[in-house]
Amino acid sequence: MSELVRVGKSPAAQRAAEAENKDRSQVRQKRMISDHFDKLARAKEDGRKVVYTFVPGNLTELIGAFGMLPVLPEINALQSGMRGRSGAYIAEAERGGHSEDVCSYVKCDLGMLRSGNLGPTGTPLPKPDLLLLSYTGCFTFMKWFEILKAEYDCPVVMLHVPYQATGQVTREMRDYVVRQLEHDVIPAMERVAGKKLDLDELVAQLTRSARAEDAIVDVWESAKARPSPIDAYFGGVYYVGPIFSSFRGSEDAIAYYEELREEVRGRAARGEGPMTPDGPMGEQKWRLVVEGPPNWTSFNDFWRMFAKEGAVVVASTYTRVGGLYDYGFRHDPRDPLGTLADYCLGCYTNHSLPARADLLEKYVREYQADGFVINSVKSCNSFSAGQLLLMRELEKRTGVPGGFIESDLVDPRYFGKANIENRLQSYLQMLEARREGRAPERTALPVALPVLAPGAT
Amino acid sequence: MKAPLAPAPRDADPARDVLRRAHALLEDHGLANAAAWKRDHPGRLAVGYMPVYAPRPLFEALGCLPVAVFGGGDRDVIRGDSYFQSYICHIPRSTLELGVSGALQGIDAMVFPAICDVIRNLSGMWQMLFPDVYAAYLDVPQNFRPEVGGAFYRAELERIASDLVARGALALDPERLRAAIVTENARRRALLALGDVRREEPWRCPASEAYAITRAGGALLAADHLALLGEYLAAIALRRGSPKDNVRVVLTGAFCEQPPFGLIKSLELAGCDIVDDDLQLGLTYIEGDIDAEAADPLGALVTAFLERGAATASRYIGDAHKGDALLARVRRARADGVVFAAASFCDPALLDEPMLEAAMDEAGVPYTSFKYAENTGQFHVIREQAGAFSDAVRLWESAP
Repeated sequence: MSELVRVGKSPAAQRAAEAENKDRSQVRQKRMISDHFDKLARAKEDGRKVVYTFVPGNLTELIGAFGMLPVLPEINALQSGMRGRSGAYIAEAERGGHSEDVCSYVKCDLGMLRSGNLGPTGTPLPKPDLLLLSYTGCFTFMKWFEILKAEYDCPVVMLHVPYQATGQVTREMRDYVVRQLEHDVIPAMERVAGKKLDLDELVAQLTRSARAEDAIVDVWESAKARPSPIDAYFGGVYYVGPIFSSFRGSEDAIAYYEELREEVRGRAARGEGPMTPDGPMGEQKWRLVVEGPPNWTSFNDFWRMFAKEGAVVVASTYTRVGGLYDYGFRHDPRDPLGTLADYCLGCYTNHSLPARADLLEKYVREYQADGFVINSVKSCNSFSAGQLLLMRELEKRTGVPGGFIESDLVDPRYFGKANIENRLQSYLQMLEARREGRAPERTALPVALPVLAPGAT
Repeated sequence: MKAPLAPAPRDADPARDVLRRAHALLEDHGLANAAAWKRDHPGRLAVGYMPVYAPRPLFEALGCLPVAVFGGGDRDVIRGDSYFQSYICHIPRSTLELGVSGALQGIDAMVFPAICDVIRNLSGMWQMLFPDVYAAYLDVPQNFRPEVGGAFYRAELERIASDLVARGALALDPERLRAAIVTENARRRALLALGDVRREEPWRCPASEAYAITRAGGALLAADHLALLGEYLAAIALRRGSPKDNVRVVLTGAFCEQPPFGLIKSLELAGCDIVDDDLQLGLTYIEGDIDAEAADPLGALVTAFLERGAATASRYIGDAHKGDALLARVRRARADGVVFAAASFCDPALLDEPMLEAAMDEAGVPYTSFKYAENTGQFHVIREQAGAFSDAVRLWESAP
């Protein structure tokens, strides 16, 4: 959800590159985000209520139906990472007693809070009127909001989303989520908003969501073309920004995604690849699938490592943490609460490890990938625990070798640039040897035991 | 021909034999006992489960032997490490090691209660690595309304019960469940009695012994554990001794990955009487009896979880104040301080800790904190830290 990706050049060069490279959809997204933060800055004077919540399984349409404004702490953290501030924020949280071992998003958010809670526009973010703990696919979310509860004098409401351990959503799981919405979440929101839920408005929001979802699926599937007109990981995190965060259910989101789809279609028709931090991508030598979140503190460096080797990402799982639309889910206005439950239950990190292996296998096959890379981040056990087995399983099923990289979300101490670059280059060299017949087909790379040390380079 | 065992010396510790048996159970994680039980009960299932809480009376009512699989301790981990990155805690490595090495061959099913993302994902790894073993993730509710979280939890228990029945467990019979609940209540009361002795006469029941006797129950039926507890309680009542000049501490944060036994001993040697802990929280997780008289015993099991589940890091606290439950334990135990002991990379414990520390600060309760792994082999640093803490607490108490 890279809402504010900055190109890593000097400011003047960056502005020039931005002016030259920006698609209209990017300009639109930037304006949408800027407007949102303006609204947040004015929220108290405008009498609008502010809800802090999380990305996976969020209830944006419900929040929108109440006229409330969402703030997403993970987005704040990743933006802090991209702006080079996360290191100081994390240090601040660790000085306050938070362990080096735990999620850097949490520590970054806390450090930011204790440093004035300045948003990306430089103005303080408003305090929450409600902490909406959408507990989907990540245990840490629960602790995160328990910590924030101690910082803010506001109510907390929990939506516990059961895990799809068997790879299926049962009637009991769905009923559980719907009942929580009816008994706990909506009443809590009504108390904060001071009004009843406007069901018609919720239906309208859900209808608009489905339109945006149709469009983003077309964008994802465009990567089946050769060359791919998109990068479904580094570019993909731009694309999911609006739909994963504050805009799902809005007219703005429809306009953004329909515009994006047209741009992508245009690139595909012209045989063009995606933009990279250094301009249009050249030859696409490698089509990769990527599992795991990106590193945010060195996002553009990380992207360049792939782009300069001619590696384009044709599908990624991180861009599915806010919904697996390409496997059929759409918000359904005919069943407002049921569809919200289905949405929450269906997020990628709420899927079992075997189901994640199935999805990755499909991506490797359907997008005709030459390989897959796992970026394992220290902060996120939800993603990371089991990834080494995932890699072996995928290699076994597809005969395609996997690459394994380690970094972190927003802790700059865990981005070892040279180490990561070496691993990626070695991996691509191995793919090349296989392509040229110098390495045996269908032979997996030996699994290198990961080594991760703070400050490793 | 075996030489006859030498008789115990006249002044031998009256608890020596029962402790020896408890340690024998601990050393092989109860697996020999489980194998013997299966030999005696052909066709019945041994159901392994991971921390923290599992509905053991339900398993017993299904004719199964619940077996706590709380990691491999300090056993060598050879293959288990290759499945996890360096920043993942140790318990999944050693547990997987037990699996891939064949040590868990006698375990017919594994239940992974919801506690954190690592244990959750381990359930999926188990499905992939051991397709012939039933592996169930038990999603415990974080909503505690009977008609919401209760209905969901009941469905979870029924699902797992039904899956076990399909694999050879006995049908879920309300009267068998009621009987299992009665025994579980009795076991729990015995554990509370053990806790009373620790609080009132810690010299009579050191934490290291209480831990061994408690954890030994992980692979025993409740009735057998009850007998072991009874024997130990009777034995320590015969001990003669006197209070030591130790500080009284509550140890918390070690509810999942267990610290090495030597670490607990080191804390004792450093002058700490651990008068309460959460090491084997699952066995006393339900605070109070489960209603054995209820018309619907499965409903009683659900209600007990919803209404009387212990405060711990993996349970949502809603509007409660973080730290209140720990403070209540400190006060009940008349503890001088708290030892926060969390496994390295344990998200639940480590994310909870700053909040709990803040609550202790607010209440003026001194504390010290350290991390460990189940295979930690060096304790002198921890011993020095705990010794310095106990000295500081004593000085604090004697300050004018």
